[in-house]
Amino acid sequence: MLEVIDLRVYYKSIWGDYKSVDGVSFSIDEGDFFSIAGESGCGKSTLVDGILKLVKPPGYIPTGKVFFDGKNLLALKEEELRKIRGVKLAYIPQGAMNSLNPVIKIEEQMIDLILDHNGIDKKNAAKIAFSSLKEVGLQTEVAKMYPHQLSGGMKQRVIIAMAISLKPSIIIADEPTTALDVVAQRGILQLLRRLKDEYGITVMFISHDMACHAQVSDKIAIMYAGKIVEVDSTFNLFENPAHPYTKGLLSAIPSIGKTYIKGIPGMAPSPLNWPPGCRFHPRCPKAMDICAEMEPSMEEIAQGKWVACHLYR
Amino acid sequence: MYQSLLELKNVTKIFSVGGYLASKKTIKALDSISFTMPSDKPVITALVGESGSGKTTLARLILGLLEPTSGEVLYKGRKVSDWLKKDKIAYLKEVQPVFQDPYSTYNPFYRVERVLEVAIKKFKLASNKTERQEMILKAMKEMGLRPEDILGRYPHQLSGGERQRLMLVRLLLIKPKLIVADEPVSMIDVSLRAIFLDHLASFKNNLNTSCLYITHDLNTASYISDKIIVLCRGRVVEDGPKEDLIKEPLHPYTKLLISSIPIPDPKNRWKEKIESKSIEFFKESELKRCIFSERCPFFKDICGRETPPLFEVGHDRRVACFQYC
Repeated sequence: MLEVIDLRVYYKSIWGDYKSVDGVSFSIDEGDFFSIAGESGCGKSTLVDGILKLVKPPGYIPTGKVFFDGKNLLALKEEELRKIRGVKLAYIPQGAMNSLNPVIKIEEQMIDLILDHNGIDKKNAAKIAFSSLKEVGLQTEVAKMYPHQLSGGMKQRVIIAMAISLKPSIIIADEPTTALDVVAQRGILQLLRRLKDEYGITVMFISHDMACHAQVSDKIAIMYAGKIVEVDSTFNLFENPAHPYTKGLLSAIPSIGKTYIKGIPGMAPSPLNWPPGCRFHPRCPKAMDICAEMEPSMEEIAQGKWVACHLYR
Repeated sequence: MYQSLLELKNVTKIFSVGGYLASKKTIKALDSISFTMPSDKPVITALVGESGSGKTTLARLILGLLEPTSGEVLYKGRKVSDWLKKDKIAYLKEVQPVFQDPYSTYNPFYRVERVLEVAIKKFKLASNKTERQEMILKAMKEMGLRPEDILGRYPHQLSGGERQRLMLVRLLLIKPKLIVADEPVSMIDVSLRAIFLDHLASFKNNLNTSCLYITHDLNTASYISDKIIVLCRGRVVEDGPKEDLIKEPLHPYTKLLISSIPIPDPKNRWKEKIESKSIEFFKESELKRCIFSERCPFFKDICGRETPPLFEVGHDRRVACFQYC
């Protein structure tokens, strides 16, 4: 359904290129709940910008292909792309709930969006808006309200209602629960999961929080330093992590009842100057000589489990 | 003599907003908060609440950056305002903050070691320059930082985690009695959080320092604290020893909060769907009633009429819910 091949997104600067996303390939099947996990600065959000061709100067895309519905999005003209982006391919950027217009009623904002992409009349657009609001678990009174009258969780639901009002086949949600408390977060995650289960909408869910991924996703990709280091089914990844970074990340999560957690020593490298060879080798407890010299490629070490690590060659 | 290190007695803080164009409104950020931290042994108390519950306001009151509208904040039995008037340096040496944002605590024009040097000079911790230098090097090594990587640099050259750990070095030099840590790990990468928290916890055993750990995250709170206080919209809803509170939460709000924490295990997923009624509530200022009443599955008439006080239940546990009266 969505296939990304060797995507790179660089940012020009006077010190050289910031290689935020540096050769990422993966594919999402129809009806997947696909997660991308990684720490801040690993390139998660930039990856989404790249997929949707939303990279703005000084950023640029030196190489890469993104196939969606058989078309390479990166080769399309802006006008053609607009017909897909936002319609078939809904995008919920980080902090989207703060981009609602504070002086326009929710209803009006939703109708505007639907009219902009659909050639239907206002009455039908209003109907769609109402049914989408119901779909995300909001009462229809919300339609007549202004954004400041809603809580954070409700605003995020409005955003999701907007996204589904155009009947997309995939929703890309970038950190949809930041700035929400845990109860509202649970509501939003369960809503995304329900959209997938009931309507078969494919979801690409980006978050730094491994626990959220564990709760809702089917398949997960772990990113580190601009690259994907491991892809697996969510169940198996938590059970049998293969890459030393994934292992470290999992043992660093504090959770209730856990009395011992262990961090990963060292610090994340800079996109200006990635370490040679495997990018994790300066922090890796199992680093070998080859790790500093040769970059490991992605290998399928078991059915559906892809890892980029010299330990498994 | 004093009995408790820190004591809050019915602390209320009201902010007024608006003026000029908008009509003036008041917001009750904290509503008669009372709790104590003991003086006989060091403890880590976690103050847990969602955004807007008044956590940061409480930290600012204890640090003396704000005055309570009513009620008292007592440190070693004396009012904080009194300490600051008469023994400011002594108070600042004993009560030290760690703030959330490791980017804004440094002055970008100075090298990072200035935060350490100023503290040493201000509190007269060293008698000369060599001694000062030795103290800094020793403390940095204890916190697992390599001095050659840090000293002489400017704040923007260090990562958030390093900057936040340098704040711990500063605490190690000052050796305060009480640390007020306001969301200290929310801006650090997950893989470095554990290291920071372990250092913070080590102060309790090595320096006899108590800590008020303020967070929205029950996971990290349950990891390092001895006691947990749960705040909701400016009120204490429940408190008690960590193990009891996590294992057997009493207040319906705490129950909902704990059951909503995502568990990092795909085999242990949320079972039931959460009712949207219990998640969302409209923003309105609440008067005399339980703050959770509009979302509570155990709602009784009294909950909408009166504010529940904190009922003592069992050993060292309090809960503000009429089910337990």
